[in-house]
Amino acid sequence: MRPIKGYDKEFLHGLLKEMLLIRRFEEKAGQMYGLKKIGGFCHLYNGQEAVCSGAAAAMHKGVDRLLTGYRDHGHAIALGLDPKAIMAELYGKATGVSKGKGGSMHMFDYDKGMWGGNGIVGGQIPLATGAAFAQKQQKTGGATIVFFGDGAIHQGAFHEAMNLAAIWRLPVVFVCENNQYGMGTSVGRASSVSDLYIKGQAYNIPSKIVDGMDVIAVLEEVKAALDTARKDFQPAFLEIKTYRYKGHSMSDPAKYRTKEETESFLQQDPILLLKSRMEEAKLITEEQYKELDKQLKEAVMQTVEFAEASPEPALDEMYTDIYA
Amino acid sequence: MAIITFREALRQALDEEMAREAGVVIMGEEVAQYDGAYKVTKGLLEKYGEDRVLDTPITELGFTGLAVGAAFSGMRPVVEWMTFQFGLLAIDQLIHNAVKYRSMSGGQFKCPLVVRGPNGPAEYLAGQHSQSFASYFVHVPGFKVVAPCTPYDAKGLLKASIRDDNPVIFLESEMSYGHKGEVPDEEYLIEIGKADVKRAGEHVTLVSFSKPVLMCLAAAEELAKEGIEAEVVDLRSLVPLDRDSVYSSVRKTNRAVVVDEAWPKASVGSWIQAEIMKDCFDDLDAPVELVASEDVPMPYNHTLELQVQPTVAKIVAAAKRALYRA
Repeated sequence: MRPIKGYDKEFLHGLLKEMLLIRRFEEKAGQMYGLKKIGGFCHLYNGQEAVCSGAAAAMHKGVDRLLTGYRDHGHAIALGLDPKAIMAELYGKATGVSKGKGGSMHMFDYDKGMWGGNGIVGGQIPLATGAAFAQKQQKTGGATIVFFGDGAIHQGAFHEAMNLAAIWRLPVVFVCENNQYGMGTSVGRASSVSDLYIKGQAYNIPSKIVDGMDVIAVLEEVKAALDTARKDFQPAFLEIKTYRYKGHSMSDPAKYRTKEETESFLQQDPILLLKSRMEEAKLITEEQYKELDKQLKEAVMQTVEFAEASPEPALDEMYTDIYA
Repeated sequence: MAIITFREALRQALDEEMAREAGVVIMGEEVAQYDGAYKVTKGLLEKYGEDRVLDTPITELGFTGLAVGAAFSGMRPVVEWMTFQFGLLAIDQLIHNAVKYRSMSGGQFKCPLVVRGPNGPAEYLAGQHSQSFASYFVHVPGFKVVAPCTPYDAKGLLKASIRDDNPVIFLESEMSYGHKGEVPDEEYLIEIGKADVKRAGEHVTLVSFSKPVLMCLAAAEELAKEGIEAEVVDLRSLVPLDRDSVYSSVRKTNRAVVVDEAWPKASVGSWIQAEIMKDCFDDLDAPVELVASEDVPMPYNHTLELQVQPTVAKIVAAAKRALYRA
């Protein structure tokens, strides 16, 4: 665990609050899915919160851009999208972040740098590389960070984009959120190597493993990578080791892994690990944590109320937003 | 007016649009130092530099996706595929990203992208280099699809395509790059979605796009020798489709032949054939004919490959069938 010394209390409280908000939001999303309020595919982020929160804290808001796959609710929250509008998007309502046209897998906010939300495994990786290409050409001073899973790393899109980023020196940080399973297939069954970060060496891109259960480690490594990308147009590749507590999607009972395995990761829960460090530093008490949790559960309940009360899109909305 | 080749018309369009807007960049295999596999981008590297004319590795998926991301960022990339056959490796990036980002985000993204290159049969190229994929893109809502056959149309439409805020699929032909025609000295644009009557006639309408329009014009010459005046409607754009121009011609001639060099199943040709039959039913004096490629992979043998494709003789025969003069 990285020390939290050097970070001020307000900042750490913000990180803790955001991760806990994502956890409670996802729990509620799962619950509403069970009640059939939310349809389709719904991939929950429980367990991986430190990855998106640590990374988003390292981003230059309004300048940097983020793309990810379909497990995207957490990234949207971390980039400051309104959780009410995110829940409304899950409900398919007109007030959703994508006007109810995207759903769980397609959360967008162009100006906040939330560039999706992608349903084709690995498809976002070349896009992000292109966003970085534009940032360099347009001299915006920004960089792009792109997330994908351990399942996506075998796609050609990853390898083609890594090579392009390296030969053209693009300000892009590639992040593999290695949660150990590509749907139901473990990394060991899908990959010729056990440590995925070494694939970066094939493209002469600096690469390393990061502990995805430690939000401070994620923050510091992503910050270093983004800073270098912005300054020197040097791409980077981070394999962030993490774990998802839930199945691949709501329809997956995750029978391919043992209870013991899941238990062992619950012992290194990213939220509790930050909380315990903050407790040791006397930055938060158990009482204060419980009060925060209570507030966040209420806030999440309000997202549901907002989504429930929101209107359906008008029927003629189906014809809009196709051609510019 | 100067007489220039189709290739030179494209080059002029690229040159003018690059001079006009800094966000226009060209990327593709061999487009820079090699001047393009078909020399369409000749001289542009020297003029605009390697930041704007970029040789890519042979990674259609990678650089096409990259161009889509750059287009989302407000640039206007022009991607050259050495052939649309190679483009199949990248089609996911176009269908799922270039097109759908706008809709899935509720209208937050624009994708001012042009993907251009040779499409359709050429010569002696066999099964993997000689087929038309127009319908793949026409089928998906969100693309504009353009398929000119003359240097004049190519230049005006490419300029309009580069300025368009939507992903435009720009279909060319290996066989057309050397085709010559008049192009004005002064600047002009051609609106996407407007057909052009390339020859007026009153007896039968020949509807086509891209290279086969030239076959239709040759067929019209043949038919004229027999007193049959064919009207040749060059669609130029497939999406949006200029139904008005097609239908007004058919309502005049009451007979139509659609010519498409793609396979006949679920093709642009069969779609237009069905549209005319549906919308001009009361005006038709004969079923609408379709002259397409045979429903087979392209053979290498030259005699066979020519016979697989539409020919002037096949178009003439179809026109006569439509006139009950076969």
